[in-house]
Amino acid sequence: MDYQAIIESLFRGLIGERFIVFALAAIGLNLHFGYTGLLNFGQAVFMAAGAYGLAMMVATVGPRLNENTGLNMSETTLFWVGVFTAVVVFPILFALVMGIPTLRLRADYLAIVTIAVAEIFRIVARSPRFDWLTGSSDGLTGFSGTFYDLSPFSTTGRYFFNLFTGNQFFLVLVGWTILAIGTTICWLLVRSPWGRVLKAIREDEDAARSLGKNAYSYKMQALILGGMFGAVGGMVRAVGFSVAQPDNFITDVTFFVWVALILGGAGKVFGPLVGAALLYAVLDSSDTVLRQLVENDYIPSSFMSGTQVGQVRFMIVGLGLVLLAAFRPQGIFGNKEEMALDDR
Amino acid sequence: MTDEFAKHDALVPEAGPKSHAPHPAHALPMFDVDVAAARSALSEVPWEPGASKPDPILVADNVVRRFGGLTAVDVDHVEVQRGVITALIGPNGAGKTTLFNLLTNFDTPDTGSRLFNGQAIDKVPAHKIAGYGMVRTFQLTKALSKMTVIENMKLGATDQRGESLFASVLPVLWRKQENEIESRADELLVHFKMEHMRDQFAGTLSGGQRKLLEMARALMVEPEMVMLDEPMAGVNPALTQSLLGHVTGLRDRGMTVLFVEHDMDMVQEISDWVIVMAEGKIIAEGPPGSIGQNQAVVDAYLGSSHDSALDLGEGS
Ligand SMILES: Nc1ncnc2c1ncn2[C@@H]1O[C@H](COP(=O)(O)OP(=O)(O)OP(=O)(O)O)[C@@H](O)[C@H]1O
Ligand SMILES: [Mg+2]
Repeated sequence: MDYQAIIESLFRGLIGERFIVFALAAIGLNLHFGYTGLLNFGQAVFMAAGAYGLAMMVATVGPRLNENTGLNMSETTLFWVGVFTAVVVFPILFALVMGIPTLRLRADYLAIVTIAVAEIFRIVARSPRFDWLTGSSDGLTGFSGTFYDLSPFSTTGRYFFNLFTGNQFFLVLVGWTILAIGTTICWLLVRSPWGRVLKAIREDEDAARSLGKNAYSYKMQALILGGMFGAVGGMVRAVGFSVAQPDNFITDVTFFVWVALILGGAGKVFGPLVGAALLYAVLDSSDTVLRQLVENDYIPSSFMSGTQVGQVRFMIVGLGLVLLAAFRPQGIFGNKEEMALDDR
Repeated sequence: MTDEFAKHDALVPEAGPKSHAPHPAHALPMFDVDVAAARSALSEVPWEPGASKPDPILVADNVVRRFGGLTAVDVDHVEVQRGVITALIGPNGAGKTTLFNLLTNFDTPDTGSRLFNGQAIDKVPAHKIAGYGMVRTFQLTKALSKMTVIENMKLGATDQRGESLFASVLPVLWRKQENEIESRADELLVHFKMEHMRDQFAGTLSGGQRKLLEMARALMVEPEMVMLDEPMAGVNPALTQSLLGHVTGLRDRGMTVLFVEHDMDMVQEISDWVIVMAEGKIIAEGPPGSIGQNQAVVDAYLGSSHDSALDLGEGS
């Protein structure tokens, strides 16, 4: 058994790119669901908004703009305009599209609309009709150069106990910085009177309204802000893998974000971080462990082959979730007494 | 007629907008309303549905609300006198809660207009009603379960700087105000004898304690008028007395109280004026003692099929 590989995969899961992406998206979902009670089943579309906001600005929209107007923006300029589009413009746009028709209605309406918008966006981005804009099913590439040009690390070296290449390490460092800032902002928000209003809306919207709080406006603010966190996550993903593809943002992605949030504990500041770290530590390390077990014939190939490992690890996560629901339904950070109040 | 005018004059000097500002030094707001004058002025008001009052704080006209074929509320005219306790009674399903919803814009009437403090509030969204100085509680208590008692209280304060998204991340901008709000909330909790539950989740409180919390929280708004939907329902008799004391206390500080209640003993005990609804209409008005003798009221209660016991003899 290659124990080093197992430990490496465990660590990568705990602190690597995918952890960062899903932790950011889960922070956003925590603002939506954990604090405001909004049922967003389309967090993947905010992530896609982040990925495509940047990718399209640098790879397709930007160059066309340059051609058709005399603007002549450099790739660096386009990159930063793209970041702004990804993190500010698109999330606001998507949140307004989803929120305006539904946030005055019962919670389930938002749930339906978010799933729909996420799928519509993905299918439109996939369609050959918009190849010039989104690159259809192949997606877009060639937009992350500006980011990696900023990296002080050598592209040939290995960093952090040989876990990462220079570029990966740069991305992880930037990602962690963003996570730290994001978590701090979230912590400040939920401890403020603003956060108190969100919780009141989660508990009872009419009570909040009778006390003079504009529930609709707060829900919209939460939807936008949480969407922005999702978009940053999606953007980190796109830059990390240097590609924005429609099928990176299928509905499963939304449910992984949910799993991370529930695992860690909804309505707790550190819930999303712990949940995402645990989810990817289990997913990545079980992948390595199972593969090694199969290769070394600890598991007979008649029972499971190396190609089935990918699916089996999801079964393990599923089993873990069932056990969590049975023994610790409030999540790792959640508070049991608080959870019990739901039933009264 | 001359009497009518004299009475009006006596009340008008206190009725200017400035004089209604709450007294800042108390946790409980204090309004400069001559309560004694307001109460005695009621003696001049005729005992009839829709009677006009000398100094109404709330006026509703032609308010109709239908649910499909059912007309839940159909009120031609109603006025609520400032500075007194008005009880709204009626059999189950009379439309009391629906009228509350309409008066506070939690529901939109099919027709009709409402004035609060002389201002039209027909187009005002429900969340802005609190800003006008009117706050309501709910028949099914809405304690915010997963928030502590003190958080529940602090939520009630209006015009909080920290409630804006951008200011919220900079505590220096709101810390001072937050401390003031917190000490006001603490004073109110002491007043309601709930200070020992301060840091408990509201979801752990009993039904009666939740009623108390909801009332105290409403007072954080510093309202000129409080509307309580069955504040005494489910509250044990020992606590009822203190709740009644709180309600009369509000009036004595110049607040206007409109409350729904089924227990006639309590209505007799604390209300200055009673409005009776049945089948969506106002069928009688008058001081508490007059209601039991009213034939329309007797018919409404005895004629309806429900089993609520209205002790019509009591106190009349
Ligand atoms: N949202 C609604 N949809 C349909 N019908 C409704 C609705 N709300 C109230 N009603 C009906 O309107 C009538 C008045 O109801 P309301 O709740 O106002 O009565 P109430 O006087 O408060 O009664 P109670 O003393 O039992 O609380 C009832 O017949 C009720 O069924
Ligand atoms: Mg009712």
